[in-house]
Amino acid sequence: MKILVCISHVPDTTSKINFTEGDTKFDTNGVQFVINPNDEFGLTRAMWFKEKQGATVHVVNVGGAETEPTLRKALAIGADEAIRVNTPATDGFSVAKQLANVAKEGAYDIVIAGRESIDYNGGMVGGMVAKLTGANFVNTCISLEVEGTNAMAVREIDGGKETLKTSLPLVIGGQKGLVEESDLRIPNMRGIMQARSKPLHIKEPVDAAAETQTVQFEKPAPKGAVKLVDNVDDLVNLLHNEAKVI
Amino acid sequence: MSVLVYTESENGTFKKIAHEAVSYAKGIADMMGTTVTAVAINGGDSSELGTYGASKVLEVNNDALATFNANAYADVVAEAAKTENASVVVLTSSADSKFMAPLVAVNLEAGYVPNATALPASSAPFTVKHSVYTNKAFSMTEINTGVKVIGLAKNAYGVKENETAVSAEGFAPTVNTGGVEVVSVDKATDKVTIADAEVVVSGGRGLKGPENWHLIEDLATTLGAATACSKPVSDMGWRPHSEHVGQTGKPVASTLYIAIGISGAIQHLAGINSSKVKVVINNDPEAPFFKAADYGIVGDAFEVVPQLTEKLKAFKAQNA
Repeated sequence: MKILVCISHVPDTTSKINFTEGDTKFDTNGVQFVINPNDEFGLTRAMWFKEKQGATVHVVNVGGAETEPTLRKALAIGADEAIRVNTPATDGFSVAKQLANVAKEGAYDIVIAGRESIDYNGGMVGGMVAKLTGANFVNTCISLEVEGTNAMAVREIDGGKETLKTSLPLVIGGQKGLVEESDLRIPNMRGIMQARSKPLHIKEPVDAAAETQTVQFEKPAPKGAVKLVDNVDDLVNLLHNEAKVI
Repeated sequence: MSVLVYTESENGTFKKIAHEAVSYAKGIADMMGTTVTAVAINGGDSSELGTYGASKVLEVNNDALATFNANAYADVVAEAAKTENASVVVLTSSADSKFMAPLVAVNLEAGYVPNATALPASSAPFTVKHSVYTNKAFSMTEINTGVKVIGLAKNAYGVKENETAVSAEGFAPTVNTGGVEVVSVDKATDKVTIADAEVVVSGGRGLKGPENWHLIEDLATTLGAATACSKPVSDMGWRPHSEHVGQTGKPVASTLYIAIGISGAIQHLAGINSSKVKVVINNDPEAPFFKAADYGIVGDAFEVVPQLTEKLKAFKAQNA
């Protein structure tokens, strides 16, 4: 079983979001980049398949050299090889096209993407890779079991969950639930040392024009101060007469 | 040229997000001087969609589509878009919509922008405002392709009445449900979901343990609200992670969000940012959540919440 885990290189969840160059670029100043949390749940599940079912796990990122530390971290967690497609990640579609090419060439059985990246929140890359490669697709996947070429997956739906039967090749959009928060692995020294000598292939991009582009970022308008009250009568009164929400 | 909107339904009734999506599609159609066609799969009463601006409804009635199948649903929407020569396809932010949107986009070779919070700023170039960085910012994004797919953020545009003469016709697209098969669905039918809820009542570590969750549930029942929780609460297993709200959990875009015993970590605040009115009850006046809230009570949840529930019951009885 060959698994490809797509790794998005994103600002840490505690980052303050600011923009530069006339609000057209994300300000990376002082920002720490991490493996996208949804991808990390998927990577950790892939490690389970490696250890229990002998899967080979490769990780891939579309981006410049600055994303390599994030790929090295994935190698330190336990992935066997990494691939970086050497082109800036412009929009969801162009990234999906690069990933679909990697997925096809490597003949992967399972491609694990995150439900969404926490920066652009596009939530489209997994589905697009599936459609471009003709694989089955399960989004918001919170459980995945594989036996031979058959797979059982659980998907989170609005207000519950759904159990699905499908087959390989398969693409999932993973999230918390695939593994629990407590299952996530912090790379140990041995993993970090090994990661240095694991292959990190640089792959030149295929032609893939972006379909969308950000022309400008905006920050939400600053919020007014909180109105503090000291009893529930006043609160209900304000919610009814001022906020008009009850 | 037209604007196509997918109108989601459940048990033969259109959801509120379908009304919202039609209202939004009508807004775009007016900008472009065209009309709205809705496509409904085993949907509700089509005449109802005219209220919000649909001129035509393509009704798909097919038992093979009784349970959601992303590929098959995406094919239906794409085929409807081609039949109608649609230049814009409007979807929503429901779990099903987000599942099928990338499949629709690739099929139509269309650029896709999710989480749209407003009508396009202009139609040429076609520029849409949408939330990014988990509601910590917005992006004005230009879509360069001939056909555009837009996913409308929940509770962002609102339901707008726009009475329009509407006609319905049967639509029988090619349906292929292969690949992924639903084995079972596990969904509480008696509970309001976070996705559909107008009001969400959410609890954090301040509640001290799962045995105290009746405080949250009683308040939620009184308000007809969905229950939610913070990340630590779901990590400790006090509540299922389907209730976890925040950056790695569910986003909440309710009209009213009441946070009880939640300090307000930046990741939590990001997830609830698009809720309209936020109320915080916390015994720590320094809790960061107070900076993000509209109304707050500094006090002990174990005293304040039962009082609030009682007060709201009395209020509901009076205003019933």
